[in-house]
Amino acid sequence: MSNLLEVNHLAVSFSTEEGEVQVVRDVSFSLKKGETLAILGESGCGKSVLCKSILRILPENGSIKSGEVILNGENMTKLSPKSMDRVRGKEISMIFQDPMTLLNPTITIGKQIMEAVLIHQKISKSAAKKKSIELMELVGLDDAENRHAQYPHHFSGGMRQRSVIAIALACNPKVLIADEPTTALDVTIQAQILELIQEIQAKTGISIIFITHDLGVAAQLAQRIAVMYAGKIVEIGTAQDIFYDPRHPYTWGLMSSLPKIDSDEGLLNCISGMPPNLLHLPRGDAFAQRNKYALKIDYLAEPPMFKISATHSAATWLLHQDAPKVQPPVRFQGL
Amino acid sequence: MKTEKLLEVKNLKQYFKLARNTLIKAVDDISFDIYKGEILGLVGESGSGKSTTGRSIINIYQPTGGEIYYRGKLISDPKTYRAEKTFIYRNMQIIFQDSTSSLNSRMTVKEIIEEPLIIQKLYKKKEERSEKVYELLNLVGLDKIYLDHYPYECSGGQRQRVGIARALSLDPEFIIADEPIASLDVSIQAQIINLFKKLQHENGLTCLFISHDLAMVRYVCDRVGVMYHGKIVELAETKELYRNPIHPYTKALFSSILVPDPDSARERIRIKHNLSIGANSEENNRLFEVSEGHFVYGCYRGRNFI
Repeated sequence: MSNLLEVNHLAVSFSTEEGEVQVVRDVSFSLKKGETLAILGESGCGKSVLCKSILRILPENGSIKSGEVILNGENMTKLSPKSMDRVRGKEISMIFQDPMTLLNPTITIGKQIMEAVLIHQKISKSAAKKKSIELMELVGLDDAENRHAQYPHHFSGGMRQRSVIAIALACNPKVLIADEPTTALDVTIQAQILELIQEIQAKTGISIIFITHDLGVAAQLAQRIAVMYAGKIVEIGTAQDIFYDPRHPYTWGLMSSLPKIDSDEGLLNCISGMPPNLLHLPRGDAFAQRNKYALKIDYLAEPPMFKISATHSAATWLLHQDAPKVQPPVRFQGL
Repeated sequence: MKTEKLLEVKNLKQYFKLARNTLIKAVDDISFDIYKGEILGLVGESGSGKSTTGRSIINIYQPTGGEIYYRGKLISDPKTYRAEKTFIYRNMQIIFQDSTSSLNSRMTVKEIIEEPLIIQKLYKKKEERSEKVYELLNLVGLDKIYLDHYPYECSGGQRQRVGIARALSLDPEFIIADEPIASLDVSIQAQIINLFKKLQHENGLTCLFISHDLAMVRYVCDRVGVMYHGKIVELAETKELYRNPIHPYTKALFSSILVPDPDSARERIRIKHNLSIGANSEENNRLFEVSEGHFVYGCYRGRNFI
């Protein structure tokens, strides 16, 4: 299968009073048709900015410094703002964490879905209404005919998120970017929304980039996972690669900070220290200060991506052929 | 088995009047005890009344009905509450879910954490007090540079940790932790959870731990109560509850836990909760003890709900 979306060496910076902040640094990944890629990382690691830069909806002080985003063979970083408007919503859609900030409280849900349909498709209003009711049924909103005329405040959190998904799907986009869409929801509702996303993917074959900090969500949904730290992808691979055979010390840290499923003894492992200040990035590997496996070279030079298998690579000097062999934390041994 | 009761909640009711004819029963007749040195978890979906319970205990809301005893003292009554105010705040603290609205935006981090120490007049010397503030910051994993920051200059996770440091500043024996880790990143979550465990073992901290993170609750709590529509539907020791959930809502809730394991995640079967089950006759609408220390609400016969 060929790649639908390709991001090559993307770098994004924000200019602030204190100087330039490199929020996304040399990020490359690809997305195939019908695939779900989860971008996993802690707050401030640049995962949201990465996705916003794909859609070119960065705030004014943010800009793409270098790199390219290729959708269907077309470089989107070079498109004019007007052509970009045609891409957004039609080719790539995005859903956000808080559905309430996306929905206009003074317009009915039905009209808001119709609006998305009418902007990109030349069809009559009645056809658009029919289409919007179909969309509401697709996302599992019961009684769509009546719900069509209701306002966002009539809807519960889960239903609002469903409506936002309906808007995002209005023009059959090829790629859906979901920025923590379930974080604000309850566990039971979260499970429903994740199931809905999976169902929709099975029906429409849409490709999904799913941003999350929740390892459980990533395990549930993603075929491939990219782990981000301080603006870089530090490890990328299939869900099985990442969960059963992680290679980067940061991924080890993330995994072992979760409570173990079967045992409740002992303390949780935590990653000591704090993420680096992106304004003054340390020399070498950004993770070195918090990494108990850090080598001397980690403080001097940034590690390149080392290929582990056809699907799996990680950026850590531990994978260099001359590096000393280290024992990963117990739970990943023998996998 | 811990036997000394620290907090007793008896038939607590907390109703809110919205309009003339709408009464919201946020907490509807719940009773439970918290023993000294235990961490009791309270789980449930949003709107189930778990936060309201915590807030009623520390008297942010005046309970509509029922009694709350702390060390045998009635604290839910406004009169006795006023008389015991200093005693209550010295021993009982709350960590709020929303760190933005619970920190004074005109005070620096240092002033926020220091304030309880000044009010309770615990340290005579300024240096000793500052020393305590540094220690608290260190405990929650915040750097000293944040001392002179204002809350808006901190990230959500950092603000949450300021709230935790403030709650811990008086070394209280009982903490109500309302979703203390919900806004934190995984690695910081682990840090805070370890801190709770450590305080429990070393200082005998008692805690009401309100959360919707079922995996974390399982790890940190000794006993867990499940709330649904203002009622406790199931209460048991953590191991027992997770091994043998009985109430259909508990089962539904547990089946929606996401396992961080891609292969087993795909085999998960989600149980949907049917409202009509277990809520028929009046006389059955109470907690039944089905095995030692395992309470279930409603109609329970044999192993099945009717």
